[in-house]
Amino acid sequence: MNPVDIQSALHPAGPQAAHIAWLWWLMLSVCAAVFVIVLAAMGVAVYRGRHHTGPPADEAAMRRAVSLATGATVVILIALLFASVWTGRAIAALGSPTPLDVEVTAAQWWWQVEYAAPQPSNRVTTANEIHLPIGRVVRVLLKSTDVIHSFWIPNLHGKVDLIPGRGNVIWLRADTAGTYRGQCAEFCGIQHAHMALTVIVEPEPQFEAWLVKERRAAEAPQTPEQQRGRDLVAHGSCALCHSVQGDGPSAHLGPDLTHFASRPTIAAGELENTPENLAAWLADPQRIKVGSRMPATGLRGDDLQAVVAYLEQLK
Amino acid sequence: MRRLWLVSVAAALIAVSCEREARRYRDQPQAAVPPDGVRLTTLRPGGGNDIAVSREAPFSDNAQAMAEGKRLYSAFNCNGCHAMGGGSIGPPLMDDQWIYGDAPDQIYSTIVQGRPDGMPSFGGKIPDQQVWELVAYVRSMSGLAPFDVKPGRNDDIGARPSEARTPATGPRQTGHR
Amino acid sequence: MRGQDLAADPRLEPAALAREARLLAETWAQPRGIVGWFSNTDHKTIGLRFLVTSFVFFALGGVLAALMRIQLARPDAHFLWPDLYDQIFTMHGTTMMFLFAVPVMLALGIYFVPLMIGARDIAFPRLVAFGYYMFVFGGIFLYVMFLLNTGPDNGWFSYVPLAGPAFSAGKRGDVWAQLITFTEVSALVVAVALIVTIFKMRAPGMSLNRVPIFVWGMLVVSFMILFAMPAVMLASSWLIMDRLVGTHVFNKAQGGDPLLWQHLFWFFAHPEVYIIFLPAQAMMSTLISTFSRRPVFGYLALVLSLSATAFIGFGVWVHHMFATGLPQLGASFFTAASLMIVVPTGVQFFCWIATLWSGRPQFTVPMLYALGFFAVFLIGGLTGVMLAAVPLNQQVHDTFFVVAHLHYVLIGGAVFPLLGMVFYWFPKLTGRLLDNGIGTVAFWTLFVGFNLTFFPQHILGLEGMPRRVYTYPAAMGWGGLNLMSSIGAMTIGVSMLIYLYNVAVSLRRGEVAAANPWEASTLEWATASPPPPFNFSPMPTVGDRDPLWSPDPQPVVVGLATDKREVLVTQLMDAVPELARKQPHPTIWPFLAAVAVSVMFVWSIFSPWGVIYGSIPIAITFIGWFWPTDGKRPQAFEHDVASGHVQERAV
Repeated sequence: MNPVDIQSALHPAGPQAAHIAWLWWLMLSVCAAVFVIVLAAMGVAVYRGRHHTGPPADEAAMRRAVSLATGATVVILIALLFASVWTGRAIAALGSPTPLDVEVTAAQWWWQVEYAAPQPSNRVTTANEIHLPIGRVVRVLLKSTDVIHSFWIPNLHGKVDLIPGRGNVIWLRADTAGTYRGQCAEFCGIQHAHMALTVIVEPEPQFEAWLVKERRAAEAPQTPEQQRGRDLVAHGSCALCHSVQGDGPSAHLGPDLTHFASRPTIAAGELENTPENLAAWLADPQRIKVGSRMPATGLRGDDLQAVVAYLEQLK
Repeated sequence: MRRLWLVSVAAALIAVSCEREARRYRDQPQAAVPPDGVRLTTLRPGGGNDIAVSREAPFSDNAQAMAEGKRLYSAFNCNGCHAMGGGSIGPPLMDDQWIYGDAPDQIYSTIVQGRPDGMPSFGGKIPDQQVWELVAYVRSMSGLAPFDVKPGRNDDIGARPSEARTPATGPRQTGHR
Repeated sequence: MRGQDLAADPRLEPAALAREARLLAETWAQPRGIVGWFSNTDHKTIGLRFLVTSFVFFALGGVLAALMRIQLARPDAHFLWPDLYDQIFTMHGTTMMFLFAVPVMLALGIYFVPLMIGARDIAFPRLVAFGYYMFVFGGIFLYVMFLLNTGPDNGWFSYVPLAGPAFSAGKRGDVWAQLITFTEVSALVVAVALIVTIFKMRAPGMSLNRVPIFVWGMLVVSFMILFAMPAVMLASSWLIMDRLVGTHVFNKAQGGDPLLWQHLFWFFAHPEVYIIFLPAQAMMSTLISTFSRRPVFGYLALVLSLSATAFIGFGVWVHHMFATGLPQLGASFFTAASLMIVVPTGVQFFCWIATLWSGRPQFTVPMLYALGFFAVFLIGGLTGVMLAAVPLNQQVHDTFFVVAHLHYVLIGGAVFPLLGMVFYWFPKLTGRLLDNGIGTVAFWTLFVGFNLTFFPQHILGLEGMPRRVYTYPAAMGWGGLNLMSSIGAMTIGVSMLIYLYNVAVSLRRGEVAAANPWEASTLEWATASPPPPFNFSPMPTVGDRDPLWSPDPQPVVVGLATDKREVLVTQLMDAVPELARKQPHPTIWPFLAAVAVSVMFVWSIFSPWGVIYGSIPIAITFIGWFWPTDGKRPQAFEHDVASGHVQERAV
C-alpha cells in the first residue's frame, strides 16, 4: 500500500469506513455541482448586468427564480439529510452477538490495548498496537485515564472520543489485510502529535496465533548480557512503571513490555523499533519525545546495551 | 523612540519570564550535597552556630514539575502509607511536623535513603528528576511553596483541600516520633 | 408643520446653517491633551480606535499563523518546540476569534450605525468607551502573559480536563479564561449600546422596513451577543473557580462532567461564528447593492434571513461534539438544524445574484472582494454541509479538513467582505480614497494565496492529518501539501502588507474624498468625509430605504439645541420623533472604571481575595462615573417634541 494511504479515510478497509467514503463521494459530487451552478449563475448575472441594454428585469420573475432556487436548495438538503441518516443507520447496523472485545485505554501519550477473555489468564495486554482478524466484528470499549483523547483509525471508521468517566464504544470490522495507522485526534497535551496506533489486520489463524503468543509469559533471557539487562530492568527504575509479565516487574503506569520486541514502533509510533533507536530512547527520552512521561533512566554504556539486549529479545 | 521603548519592555518581560511556567522536561538536577551528607536535624551537642540548610531546590518555583510530583505521588503509591497527606501507617506529610527535616535536600535524602520504621529507600529506583519533583510536591502539601505554583485539585474524589488552598505552616523539627 | 409655506424658515438659510454648524462643532468638540485622549467619548473616535486595535491584533494573529506554517512546512521540523507551538496555535485562535473577528465588526457598528440611521451620537457613549478599554486591556493582558511564557496552550476552546487544574499547571489556563471575561464584557456593553441606538435613535421616517441592511445585521448580532456570551462567561468563570478554589464543576468524580464544558462552550461558540459572519453578510448586501447601482433585491427576505440564521445558529452547537459518543437520534436533530441553516444563507445568495442580474455591476475593488466572497465562502459553506453529516463528521472532525472549512468560512465569509467594506468606507473614515490599482493587486494576491493555503488542507484532513499537531512524520507523505499550504500562507501575509501599504500611502497622498465618492445610497454618505463631530447638520429624515437615491427632497429636523449635546430619540417602529435627549459630556471615568475592573480581573486569577478587594476601586470608579453632574433632575433634560420645539421643514 502507498504509505500515504495507511491513515486515509478515502481508502476504506472495512464496511464502516466504506459507508462513510460513499457518503463523502456523494456529498462531494452534489456540493461540487452546486458550487459550479451558483458560481456560474453569479458569473452570468454579472455579465448580464454589465452588458444588458434592454428593458429592466421583471421583479416578479426574479422572485419566482429566487423561490425556485430556494426550493431546490431545500430539496437537496433534505436528500443529503436522508443520505446522512441512512449512512448512520448502516454504520449502526454492524453488530454481532459474539464480537471480539477489545478495551483501549488512552493515557498521555500512549495507548493501552487489552483483549478481553472469559478466563483472566487469557487476557492479553499490549500497547500502541491493535491486531484485528479479517472479517470479524470487533467491539472496542474506549476509556481514558486522564484527559480527552480520540480513537481514530481512518481506514476503518470515524473517530470516537475517549472521555474520562465515560465508556464510549465503537464497532469495527476490518475486511482488507494490511498494516494501518491510527492517531489520537483530540488535543491532549504536549505530545498529542506523537500518539499513534499501529493496526495490523490479518487472517483469523494468524490473529489467533498472535493471541496465543501474547498470552505467554516473557521470554527468558539467554545470554549473560540479556540476564544482566533483565536484572537492571527488574531492580531498577523500569519496574516502577512497566510490567514484564512472568518475569518480575508488574507496574501499570507505562506500557506493558512483555512482548516489546514484537512491536513495530517505540513511543507510540515515534521511532521504528530497532536496537539503535531503543538505545537512543532509553538514554534520553526527552530528547526524542519532550514532555513525555518517560524520565531519563540514567543508563549508560554496558548497562544500556544490556537492557537493550534484554528488551529486544522480548518477542 | 517609542518603538525602542516597546522593544525593550518586551525584552525585559521575556527575560524575567516566569519560572513558574517553565517546562523543565530536560533538566537533570543534582543534589547539592550527597544524600548521606545532609544534616537531618538542627540538634547537635555543644550549641554553636545554626547549620545552614538550603531552602532552594530544583522545581521549587515550577508549577509543571510540582504537578508532575503530585501525579507521581499517587502513581508510585506514596499514599499507600502517607494517604493524601494525612498519614496512616506512615506519618502525615501535610502537617508542620518534620521528623527528618523540611529542607528540599533533606526530603530528597529521606526519599532516596529510606528511613527507619518503614520508609523504603527509592534510590536507584525513582530517577533523580522525579525525586526532585516529588520533593517539590511534598513541600507543597503543607503549603511550603509559592501561592501561585502550588497544584490545584485533582480530578478525583478529593480527600482534602488542594495544596493551593493550604496555607503555609511553619515547619517544626520534631526528631523521631 | 408639513405643507406650510416653508421657504421662509430662517433656520434653513445658508448663513444660519453655517452658524449652527460652528456652534455644534464647539458643543460636540472632544477634549484635548493626554487626559482628554482618555476622556474621549465620540463614537467615531472610539469606533476608529476599536477598528485600528482590532487590525493590530489581526496582524499579531497573522504573525502567529506564519510561525505555525513555518513549523509545519516540512515533516519533523524543529523550528518551534511543542510547548511553544501549543501556545502559538492557542494564541492564534484566541486572538483571531476574540480580539479581532468580533471586535472589528463591533467597531464598524460603533462608527457607522449612528451615521447610517441619521443620529448625532450612539446611545450610552461612555459605556461604549468603557467597552473599548476593556477590549484593549484584555488584549494587552493576554500578550503580556504570552511574553511571560504564560500564554494559554490548550487550544482556543480549552477543553477540560486538559485545561483543568489537574493537567494544566500554572496560570496559563486562567489567563485564557479571564481573557474571555474581558472580551465578553466589552462585547456585551457594545451590544447593549447598539440595540438601544438602533431601536430609539433613528432618523424620523426611518421605520423598521427602511433600516439599512447593515444596521439590521448589527441589531441581530447584538441580540446574539446578549444570548450567547453569558454561556461562555459562565463556563470560563467556573473553569477559573475549578482551578483556583477547587470547585468540581468539571470533575466527573465529584458529580461534575467534562462534557458540560463542551456544551456550554459550543452553545456560545457556534453563535459566535455567526456573530462574526452576520455583519459580513450584511456588508455583502450593502456592497452588492451600491456597486450594482440598484436597491438590493429582496430586502424583506434578506432581513428575515439574517434573523433566521441567528435563531437557527443557537440550535446547532452539538455538531462540534459528534465524536463524543452521543446518541444517534439526538445527533440527527443537530444534523438537520445544521443543514437547515444553509437555507437562509442560500436565500441571501440568490437575492444577491438577482441584484447583480438586474443591476449594473461595477468592478470596483470592494466589488472584487464581494465577488471573491462568493467563490470562497461558498466552498466553506459546502464543506460545512458535509460536516453536518454525522458519519462524515466523525472521519474529518479534528483534522485539517475542519481547519480548511473554518478558514474558508471565516476568511471568505468575514474577512473578504470586511476588507472590501474597509476599502469602501475608507474615504468616510479618513477623507481619502484608497488606491484602486494597489487594492486590486492586494485582492488577487489574497485570493490566490488563500486558496493555495487552505485548499490542500481539505485533502490533508481526508488523508489522516489531525489538527493541533506540532509536526508529522515524513513517511505519511503529507509534506508536499503542507509545503504548498505554507507558501500560500506567506502569500496571504504579502497581500496583507500590500493592503497596509495602500492604507499608509493613501493616508498621505490618496485622492481627497467628497461626501459620497461611490454615489451610495445610505445616510452616512450625506455628511462630510470624515464626518464632523456632530455627524449631521441639519438632521436628516428619510422617506424610503435608499435615501440618497431618492429623487424626492426630504424634510430635515431643526431645533435641536446647539449649546447642549442633544440627540433625537424616536419611536421604535416608525421612528416618529419623541424626545430630545441630552448626551453626557466626555469624561475619564469610563477609562478609570476599565482600569479598576481589569485590576480586579487579573488579581482574581491569582487569588480569590482579588474579587473582594478589587471591587473597592470598581465601586469608587463607578460611583464617579454615575455621579449626577449638573444637579438637575433627569426629566428636565428631556422635553417633548410635540410641544413644537422641534419641527420638520422641507429644504
